[in-house]
Amino acid sequence: MTNSIAIRIADFLGKYPPFSLLDDVQLNSIAQEVRVSYFEQGKAIFLKDEKVHDLFYIVHKGAVDLQKVKENGEPETIDKCDEGDVFGLRPLFAKENYQINAITDEESIVYAIPIEHFKPLATSNANVGNFLIESFASNTRNPYSSEHRGKLFDDQDEISFKQEALFDLQPVAVVKKMITVSKDTSLKKAATLMSKKRVGSVIVVEDKKPVGIVTDVDFREYVGTGIFGIETPVEKVMTSPVICYSKGITLAQAQLTMMKHKINHICITKDGTPNTKVKGIVSEHDIMVSQGNNPSVLMKAINRASSTPKLNRIQSKVLYLLEGYMKNNIPVTHVSKIIFELNDATIKRTIVRCIDKMDAPPPCNFAWMSLGSQGRKEQLLHTDQDNAIVFEDVPEDKLEETRAYFLKLAKRVTKRLNIIGFEFCPAEMMARNPKYCLSLSEWKQQFTTWITSSGMDDILLCQIFFDFDITYGDVKLTNAISDHIFKTLKENKLFLNRLAVQALRNPSPLGFFRQFLVEEGGEKKDLFDIKKRGIMPLTDAARLLILEHRVKNISNTAERFEKLAQLEPNNKELYLACAYSSKVLLKFRTRQGLKYKSNGRFINLEDLSKEDKVKLKRCFKTIKEVQELIKIRFETAYHS
Amino acid sequence: MIRKWFKNKEDENLPGFWQNYASCFEEKLPRKVSDIRFVVFDTETTGFDFDEDRILSIGAFRVENNNIEIGDNFEVFLEQSHFNPETVKIHGIIKNERFEKISELEALKGFLNYIQNSILVAHHAGFDVKMVNKALQRHGLPKLKNKVLDTAALYSKTRISSNLIDREKTYSLDEIAETYNIDLIERHTAAGDAYITALIFMKLLNRLSNGKDVALKNIYRV
Repeated sequence: MTNSIAIRIADFLGKYPPFSLLDDVQLNSIAQEVRVSYFEQGKAIFLKDEKVHDLFYIVHKGAVDLQKVKENGEPETIDKCDEGDVFGLRPLFAKENYQINAITDEESIVYAIPIEHFKPLATSNANVGNFLIESFASNTRNPYSSEHRGKLFDDQDEISFKQEALFDLQPVAVVKKMITVSKDTSLKKAATLMSKKRVGSVIVVEDKKPVGIVTDVDFREYVGTGIFGIETPVEKVMTSPVICYSKGITLAQAQLTMMKHKINHICITKDGTPNTKVKGIVSEHDIMVSQGNNPSVLMKAINRASSTPKLNRIQSKVLYLLEGYMKNNIPVTHVSKIIFELNDATIKRTIVRCIDKMDAPPPCNFAWMSLGSQGRKEQLLHTDQDNAIVFEDVPEDKLEETRAYFLKLAKRVTKRLNIIGFEFCPAEMMARNPKYCLSLSEWKQQFTTWITSSGMDDILLCQIFFDFDITYGDVKLTNAISDHIFKTLKENKLFLNRLAVQALRNPSPLGFFRQFLVEEGGEKKDLFDIKKRGIMPLTDAARLLILEHRVKNISNTAERFEKLAQLEPNNKELYLACAYSSKVLLKFRTRQGLKYKSNGRFINLEDLSKEDKVKLKRCFKTIKEVQELIKIRFETAYHS
Repeated sequence: MIRKWFKNKEDENLPGFWQNYASCFEEKLPRKVSDIRFVVFDTETTGFDFDEDRILSIGAFRVENNNIEIGDNFEVFLEQSHFNPETVKIHGIIKNERFEKISELEALKGFLNYIQNSILVAHHAGFDVKMVNKALQRHGLPKLKNKVLDTAALYSKTRISSNLIDREKTYSLDEIAETYNIDLIERHTAAGDAYITALIFMKLLNRLSNGKDVALKNIYRV
């Protein structure tokens, strides 16, 4: 029987070692035997001490965490596999049980290769065998890659998941692509090259040997100050001799050397002296990036990222950072600000890259608005993307043409964001939807319609549009929308009453005997829905009250309550309690999400300690009180 | 009792392969989704007219407990007398191509033997099932006895229903594949579309069951 899909599977496998070392016939025969497995996020493919499978694995889509189990039982990520990485090789070599966990980090499709079919190929082909042995023994997925970095000057900003304590003794993995110039190159040309390649230094070579280095700092010191003109040859300003090391330099060594010589670049040569060929360059930036715990470095990396997969990798590092913050109990306000900025930068970067790739520049000014949790700066974990575009008013005959441009742009941006990890909004509340890619006057009209004549269902969906934040573009446009909203609201008190009914639709989650109300029936039976029962009532309340006061440009729930405390001194205590509660709930959700690699929405009460429960109950008491206030203020009894 | 007798009587006149197929249904389906065998399939046809048009090829994969065995597939190309130059543009299958072709009856025999009592899954399943049923009818055979799930229908259940979204909207395979980040390989061949549908189906099952091993009836309920 024909099997056209097996051929496609073979195409995929053939791109990655060890399969790339096989011939077509062998590849096709292996592809026939592949089992395609689907795993949800957070599922174990195998666990430590589990009997080995008669298969090994290669990631097709998604990502898999390899975890060591520490003595206290806590898992620790030692490696992360993504597309094309092989793992679970133990059964090829040993009969004993697995020593590590393999857990899906995101929804994944994994190809499983039966060992019985693969082993003969591994034994008959020495290269395949060696690759697997090295791969298995060194516990790195791809033993070729470290060499590749040296040879191909791979400029990936690699993420390190190595144990912190041993970290300093790790060899520097990042050897970046470098630019070399000859001594007589002009400073102007060198600077042009550096800005084009987005690097901070050039190495001056003679005979492929490094004789000097020119960095950003030199341009500041010598060119910017006017000491040298831009036509001066680099020879005049370069630092010489260059500090050189060979490839095996450890991170600690590199950092010490940089500190000692007050430099931020080290040149890697073949034998570690300036007398041999240049192999690459290690910068302070790269070292910091590889430590993965510095937001400003991540920010730099985002702004330099030149591909969607790269942004994706940086984003997984953002989550890693978040996990560290949560473990160390950093205040949630601080954490959400940082994570918001990093997410915001990622989205901005994605938009900029997409605009560059469009056939023409935008036909008019526009703004990209983030809605919902990203708009409220509360998106710690990756949840859905909700966004919209507003563009300047254009003559009517140009309107559809203009919209078509922005829809095309939005389609590209949302697609890339989806790959990076911000999933598509299931309700299509995205800028690629023609309903949410509107001109300024169309948006004004839309908000007027919502405010003056929307039914209950519409309110539920449209209210996230009242929590928007400009991510990219012309702030005048979003301000104009805000002004319009407040003007319309002034004349339509009724809308606020309808919003109030919405804000009260989820009553305080404490039952009569102060027990938790868990979900009844359905798949989430007995789980506590922290979003619906805790976060949403507070978000809704904050939105309603801030709209009532017509306060612009604050969309974060906690900040809204803090502002309200200022505006209504007689309710100050309640509002501050609300602000505190919204932070606590967000923290609970984030913890839960990181623990189960989910969106953290549903909490199993058994997971909560006594202390947690008391804390949560205090939050719910606050919710109840603010709901009472709303009930009285907006007389919702008449409408509900 | 009487009905059963009639049924047996009717079955007795049918060929052996049909009887084998029909006998699979005496066994009850497992309750849990993880134990159930699904067959995800797709047909390429000469067109959309159930009476005039014919099946060009059938591709199918078994999905069991979130796994697809690539070697355990079903893929056949059928001999054609009817030819519709319009649809060749879509699927690229023309008469006398390089694939080995078998008769419609042989293809049906193979297909029934492959699917047994599995639950059939297809994108816009109504069309593919009807095409197979029409082919069965041409050979004097009854309709397929299997339960059927439609990925297009399942997908729209995962969408939030509201009057801001068009409830009647139908979702194409390409749209869903893009949402779920699935590569479109071998698109517009029966095997390729069946494979893409199978990947989509696994993702849908997870979303609809919220990551738990649910009973089949819950999937039908949504």
